[in-house]
Amino acid sequence: MRTLTDIAQDTSRRNQGDAPLARETVAPQGGAGSSRAHESAVKHVTGRAAYIDDLPVPRDCLHVAIGLSPVAHGRLTRLDLEKVRAAPGVVDVIALADVPGHTDVGPVFPGDPLFADDEISYVGQCLFAVAAESHRAARLAVKAAVVEIDEQPACLDPVTAAERGEFVRPPHTHERGDWQQALGTAPHVLEGEQFVGGQEHFYLEGQACLAQPTEDEGVMVYTSNQHPSETQKLVAEVLGIPFHAVTMEMRRMGGGFGGKETQASPWACIAALLARRTGRATKLRLPRAEDTRATGKRHPFHNRYRLGFDDRGVLAGGEITVIGDCGYSPDLSDAIVDRAMFHADNAYSLGAARVTGQRARTHTASNTAFRGFGGPQGMMIIEQAMDDIARHLGEDPLTIRQRNLYRATDPDGTPRDVTRDITHYGQRVEQLALLHDLIGQLEESSDYWARRREITAFNAQSPIIKKGLALTPVKFGISFTVQHLNQAGALLLVYTDGSVMINHGGTEMGQGLHTKVCQVVARELGLDLERVRISATRTDKVPNTSPTAASSGADLNGQAARDAAAKLRERLFDFAATHFDRDAGGLDREAMRLEDGHLVAGIGEAERRIPWGELVQAAYMGRVSLSEKGFYATPLIHYDRATGRGRPFYYYAYGAAVAEVEVDTLSGEYRVSRADILHDVGDSLSPAIDIGQIEGAFIQGMGWLTSEELVWNDAGRLVTDGPATYKIPAFGDLPPTFNVDLLQGHPNSQASIYRSKAVGEPPFMLAISVWSALRDALASLADYRISPALDTPATPERVLMAAEGLRARHKARPVDQEEPA
Amino acid sequence: MIDFHLNGRRQRCADVRADESVLELLRTTLGQTGTKEGCASGDCGACTVAIGEPDASGELVYHSANACITPAHQLEGCHLVTVEGLAEGERLHPAQAAMVDCHASQCGFCTPGIVMSLFTLYEQQRRSDEEPPPPLTQERLEAALGGNLCRCTGYRPIRDAALAMGDYPAVDPAWITNAELGHPADGQIATADAGHYVAPRDLAALRALKAERPHARLVAGATDLWLETTQQLKALDELIDVRRVAELNAIEEVEAGWWIGGAMTLARLMPVLAEPYPAFEHLMHRFASSQIRHRATLGGNIANASPIGDTPPVLLALDARLRLDGPRGERELPLAEFFLDYKRTALAEDEFIAAIFLPRPTAGHHLKVWKLSKRREDDISAVLAAFAWRLEEGVMRDVHLAFGGMAAIPCRAPAAEAALEGRAPDAEAFAAARAALAEELTPMTDVRGSAEYRRLAAGNLLERLRLMIEAEGNPTDNNSDNRDSATKVTLDAYAH
Repeated sequence: MRTLTDIAQDTSRRNQGDAPLARETVAPQGGAGSSRAHESAVKHVTGRAAYIDDLPVPRDCLHVAIGLSPVAHGRLTRLDLEKVRAAPGVVDVIALADVPGHTDVGPVFPGDPLFADDEISYVGQCLFAVAAESHRAARLAVKAAVVEIDEQPACLDPVTAAERGEFVRPPHTHERGDWQQALGTAPHVLEGEQFVGGQEHFYLEGQACLAQPTEDEGVMVYTSNQHPSETQKLVAEVLGIPFHAVTMEMRRMGGGFGGKETQASPWACIAALLARRTGRATKLRLPRAEDTRATGKRHPFHNRYRLGFDDRGVLAGGEITVIGDCGYSPDLSDAIVDRAMFHADNAYSLGAARVTGQRARTHTASNTAFRGFGGPQGMMIIEQAMDDIARHLGEDPLTIRQRNLYRATDPDGTPRDVTRDITHYGQRVEQLALLHDLIGQLEESSDYWARRREITAFNAQSPIIKKGLALTPVKFGISFTVQHLNQAGALLLVYTDGSVMINHGGTEMGQGLHTKVCQVVARELGLDLERVRISATRTDKVPNTSPTAASSGADLNGQAARDAAAKLRERLFDFAATHFDRDAGGLDREAMRLEDGHLVAGIGEAERRIPWGELVQAAYMGRVSLSEKGFYATPLIHYDRATGRGRPFYYYAYGAAVAEVEVDTLSGEYRVSRADILHDVGDSLSPAIDIGQIEGAFIQGMGWLTSEELVWNDAGRLVTDGPATYKIPAFGDLPPTFNVDLLQGHPNSQASIYRSKAVGEPPFMLAISVWSALRDALASLADYRISPALDTPATPERVLMAAEGLRARHKARPVDQEEPA
Repeated sequence: MIDFHLNGRRQRCADVRADESVLELLRTTLGQTGTKEGCASGDCGACTVAIGEPDASGELVYHSANACITPAHQLEGCHLVTVEGLAEGERLHPAQAAMVDCHASQCGFCTPGIVMSLFTLYEQQRRSDEEPPPPLTQERLEAALGGNLCRCTGYRPIRDAALAMGDYPAVDPAWITNAELGHPADGQIATADAGHYVAPRDLAALRALKAERPHARLVAGATDLWLETTQQLKALDELIDVRRVAELNAIEEVEAGWWIGGAMTLARLMPVLAEPYPAFEHLMHRFASSQIRHRATLGGNIANASPIGDTPPVLLALDARLRLDGPRGERELPLAEFFLDYKRTALAEDEFIAAIFLPRPTAGHHLKVWKLSKRREDDISAVLAAFAWRLEEGVMRDVHLAFGGMAAIPCRAPAAEAALEGRAPDAEAFAAARAALAEELTPMTDVRGSAEYRRLAAGNLLERLRLMIEAEGNPTDNNSDNRDSATKVTLDAYAH
């Protein structure tokens, strides 16, 4: 299933720019476009890949533990740390008053105190830190603190918070067309609501950093971190020293998923401060339960829709409201709720619509980035609506989905005041042929309609076990919606033995970014991949970088690396043209190229090949610089927040999945028996890595919607604080039949790196098909006439309760009366 | 002093704390950082190592274990293999090479643990008496890998690696030829009295130690006890390890059934259960993970007295008995009289569970065991139901309905049992049983499920039982493939 055929031709409507295709000139040595093992694969399997806690440390390295608030909301009336200071092995203890510089480490907006002042905002908030001779000594010392808090009622419900106007940031709205009139005149109007649960990142490597004091007032920090530049800035501000005194090094993370974009910084600040105060190295790694309590999660959302549609189920318009549970502070919530709003349409034209996003403040950890960044939560509401409309009209949900897909004209061909290829925020949706082609291909390859008939027949004669099937699409916008983050830098170094070192601002968290960037450089320089190496991401190699987030790592950093390599290549060509064969008038500069480890000039009999090593040596002797920096800024994008309009996304990535489930309606137990995925990565930079991202994202998304339940008790304490109680998918949850393919023949219409597409986040949302299939199985209990409410995660408990409710409603329901959700 | 082998080399470690874990010993004392800490609670598998212990014939048998909750002192006389010990120079072990070729690592943090679980699976295949070795079925793969969480890959490439590794040319680690492995230098495994951590070898020694140190905690698999030190930072400074007490590892078969030693690991128990109680054996595949099942003991699961332990409801349904032992002598007790209240038992401070009596099934005996949890593998029950009965001339006899998760202790439901006793398994009888059940059990709401759900689900499991008896006539035959969907009342993956 996973062999990749050669690319035929670009079938997309139009191409922008002059970017070549990834596989146009595939280098046989593993350059861009071919499948390569992860650059650290052998180190991973032998245990030689070092993470923060594995790094050798100076003999006198101190270990840091954190004192966390046991209370969700209140005033800190007493923090007595005398006994902590006196505990065995303790060297230093710090709290708010010991911070020399900034005390607020909020990444975008203020609101995240490094240590609590007098206001306590969540269970797990940082109160103080201890540095001791051992990890255990530090943790034991924390227990000796005397903490008194005047406890106040905690608000844990985002809807209540929103009703009270408790927001971390003001509401925001997208509006397009006369949505009230659309609702007023539509033949059918449905409304519905849903709770979409949050998600713990559960990176296998918890938050960790190692700080060492350096010369002058500086500090060197090794950190497991998606955004080293921001942490550098915050460490410098907390210490009250210039940025150039602080260096971050980040080799690899044991998983990030968004959880180390902003929430790795406080720990680095604390470790750095203790390192400066004690003059010793300090290591801080959070034990799993503390990590889980102290750091934010994927935002839970409460969503509502009210939509009007015609007899064919085509949306005329309406309104959607999404309320994000932001936790106690803004963190990245402005952009996250924005992205939920940007994706409340998913792949469907809403017609005339208003989409409102609210950012509710609750007394939990500050919720943060997590793969999809609000997009998945926003999509959930329109996918619920699609199912609900189908049940209302007695149609198959896939039919309704297809009728509502973005398209150039209305399905019936009549133009309306809102064209159906423009989003509610005003961006035109490109590559529509791709979207329709992709769904059509999957519909066929997954045998959707035959299986639909089989399942309907099965369900009709199986009273307890019910099967469900659903196809859901994904359209995901690629770019940081905060415009200035869409930039990247790279540093390319060629040494005199011909070996190449590339650094860039992106960070490696397992997604294969470094492998892809090495492949880009290998291709640009015509070298074997083995000659190109990447080392740790460092703020003193490439400065002022953006977080590795928004799926943008390869798009941005790949382009920056390509820019550097292209500039160096041109310089070498200029040099070679006059340096070699000088007696014969030099080399032909025009057709010069780098391939198979050689500089090649001329063609046919006139071809002249100079080995890369010889070229590099000659250039060095000729006093030509062998290093280069590269830079990239994404073109075309803009968004005006005042009007809620613009083109926030450079392009969209698409995909679709078909999930089949079996549900035991007596127990609520279920299995995903099959999943088929067809996903658009443009022209793949590295197919095996892309497949890995798609599969991993799907399973992670499935966990989000099924077994991963965050539970807080009434006092606001997260009780699912480790893997004993918080259940991410395990080996046996892999669907027995799992077909994953990359869409062929549709390179990116925009000039992205070799016309590939970002892949980190979009496939996460393919898992919505699992949730929709569960609803489909449940709907069979009521002859597919009632659309069951099913909040997420759809645990066996929620599925059972939905089944019971549905059976009761179906029994009570008069024959042939249609019922909305 | 702990005397053991690490990746083929003899290691002697002095001054090891009683509550030090294998993981701490590896990472901190020995500087071997390939083995990772993901949770320090035995739930994620990132710290998986292989521990080789000599079997009855003296051959080393490797099983996977969570280093984070395995007491370092239990390494005495063992061969500990970690991810650093598999490759021969630059030549990767098949488990490693297949992982690389299948693109089965992304962030790489869980990878060492997964490689070690694959290694133990590889060893199982290599040492199999069958030729060719038995196929790697989905069930066997789940058994081997269900205790290793991966957050990146979604497991498909890991499954591919597991299926592919057998095709790779064998690469034996350099240590494989070390004849000393499994044979401690002084010729015998020491009694291992490290003062604060003592591991007696027989019942008499254990009784004497219990008399001498009544406050010392008993440890066997440590799979629950060790969380007190890793999670709550409690000091476990005086421990008696019962893992190697010969009598506690024995199985005595008598006419009426089996006396199973209290320190019998669940992994060793499973083959004993397979023939008399296949539903019980099948359930055990969903008991935690392979890593845990190879360390945790039956006695420990009972003595722990958790209301949501997996074996107690089944043992209650089977009328199991306990033999308690101690310096004051031994006594027998029905299991039903052992659990007094939440986490409180009839075990006196100086006593231990010496053996568990499992009765042999009588003719016409049926057992059904169903476990409800958020995740199928490596999860703790929200509700566990164990139903045992005989059908005699169309009526139900000896009805035992036992539950976990439905009260402060694992317990039976006598009123519901009475409603079925002597009755035909019809809708009326079951409706009465269900009503009685709702009255007599008072589940609580907690992180694993609400009281409402537990009550509803427990009642529905009775309904499942009725449907199963009705549809099949012979409820032990639930696993046959030719069942008509109309009579199918459980998903295959959950049919025990």
